[in-house]
Amino acid sequence: MAVTASNIGKGSPYARSAQVKANPFLLANRSIRRLLALALFFGIWQLLCATGFDLFINFQLVPAPTEVAKATLEFFTADPWVHIKSSLMRVLLGYAIASSLGIVLGVLIGWFEAFEDLLLPPLELLRPIPAVAWIPLAILMFPNAESGMVYITSIGAFFPVLISTVRGVESTLSDTVLIRVGQCLGARPWHIFKHIVVPGSMPSIASGLTIGMGNAWFCLVTAEILAGRYGVGYITWESYVTSNYPPIVMGMLLIGLMGAASSWIVSRATGALMPWRVIRKQGSA
Amino acid sequence: MLMQQVEQSVKGAVQIEGLSVSFHRQGRENRVLEEIQLGIRPGEFACLLGPSGCGKSTLLNLVAGFIKPTAGYVTVDQQPITRPGADRGFVFQQYSLLPWKTTFQNIELGLKIRGLSKPSRRELVDDYLNRVGLYKHRNSYPYQLSGGMQQRASIVRALVNSPSVLLMDEPFAALDAQTRHMMQELLLDIWEDLKTTVIFVTHDIEEAIFLGDRLYIMGVQPGHIKAELPIRLSRPRHFDDTLSTEFINLHRQVFECIREETLKSMEAG
Repeated sequence: MAVTASNIGKGSPYARSAQVKANPFLLANRSIRRLLALALFFGIWQLLCATGFDLFINFQLVPAPTEVAKATLEFFTADPWVHIKSSLMRVLLGYAIASSLGIVLGVLIGWFEAFEDLLLPPLELLRPIPAVAWIPLAILMFPNAESGMVYITSIGAFFPVLISTVRGVESTLSDTVLIRVGQCLGARPWHIFKHIVVPGSMPSIASGLTIGMGNAWFCLVTAEILAGRYGVGYITWESYVTSNYPPIVMGMLLIGLMGAASSWIVSRATGALMPWRVIRKQGSA
Repeated sequence: MLMQQVEQSVKGAVQIEGLSVSFHRQGRENRVLEEIQLGIRPGEFACLLGPSGCGKSTLLNLVAGFIKPTAGYVTVDQQPITRPGADRGFVFQQYSLLPWKTTFQNIELGLKIRGLSKPSRRELVDDYLNRVGLYKHRNSYPYQLSGGMQQRASIVRALVNSPSVLLMDEPFAALDAQTRHMMQELLLDIWEDLKTTVIFVTHDIEEAIFLGDRLYIMGVQPGHIKAELPIRLSRPRHFDDTLSTEFINLHRQVFECIREETLKSMEAG
């Protein structure tokens, strides 16, 4: 419900600030605001290419949105689904493995001191290694390219899920009052785990899952360097090798789009699991 | 409810013997409680009253089993306290309902842990919810409830497990004056039915006199029981009673006793 100036009496001390803030035609509508942000982004990009902007950053050789649109059209009139499907399968499989492993290990590390001591040091050592550095080992370790690619996408998703789960469990355990509430109801450790720690760490796990989803896509181009034929990341990499620039940008945007969409789905799905959470932001109605 | 009443009136004797607590910080010993000695009879409403820093919450936490004494011990019905348990219900000062459970689920939790069947859980919880006027909020999450409602739910969450002792740590301190009075009357109303032993911590003199059978006035540096005062005001009590001469005289008497300690604790910072 948007607050407009007309809702508030003339004499109200809020009247003036409301008049300044409320713009019922354009900016008050959040979908319009969001579309406007995208239009501005592409508009500025087109403008920079059209004018041949070259001031430290050079846009002269950057494909303009129109060229990218053309490449996209070509891509979709050919056979896009085989590429999209193979990329999607790799990301989803890698993500599924990474998130289940991340949650299970994260809970163990957060809940048991012994697991923290035994598991965390090697994991912390592996965490800063970028996905691209895994390529040679992925080739050596895995029986085929497909499993190597799934491995590399899962590397991207695993660590955010793991760390967020550990932190979520730890921060719930640090909430003395909630733990005491459980103890006074006769809860044994298992009950505290089930009724307090699991739901208490869910917001943190959910943000790990959302970030992990994005990171899995993030690693796709890296992973598909291993691919022989198909994949959105493969096209992107292949176009770079053949100096065909518009499809690179198309591939980038396509990955961005699929990544954003799947992160959105994850964040919606996890949000639905937490009906007790209400988020009120500054400036929200 | 009647069955519970009979059962309740024979249990809930709290004995505190030579209880001392000190914490060590940076090599220095900080004595919080020294040689606390007190006995609370089954069904008694005891109030621990004192200025901030007198260790009244620490004393309550010891009875709850949240912390361990440096010396001495606490027993409830001759059983020494070693850890928290459902036999000692606790109502916290902060709103402490689990945010991810509805009112009903929060109250039900203790019974669920104890392994009660679903129909008997529902019967007991709904009975209490009706009792404190929360039935229509049974499916609300804590964020949808007012502070007073949340504390009512917290009290019921503790009582539904029929504890021997109900421990209350300034449960109404965060509420506005109007709601606080309502809550005090509601608490007395329930307590008169159940006759559970209550240990109620507060720094509010009027609240302590209005609620308690007996006041333990605590002093500071280190925390100790300075005075014990039986309150013989007739029950059931109503808000009007706080305006009686008897009440005002008691208030003055307690105020004098506590004033000195408050000054001491203010000087100590």
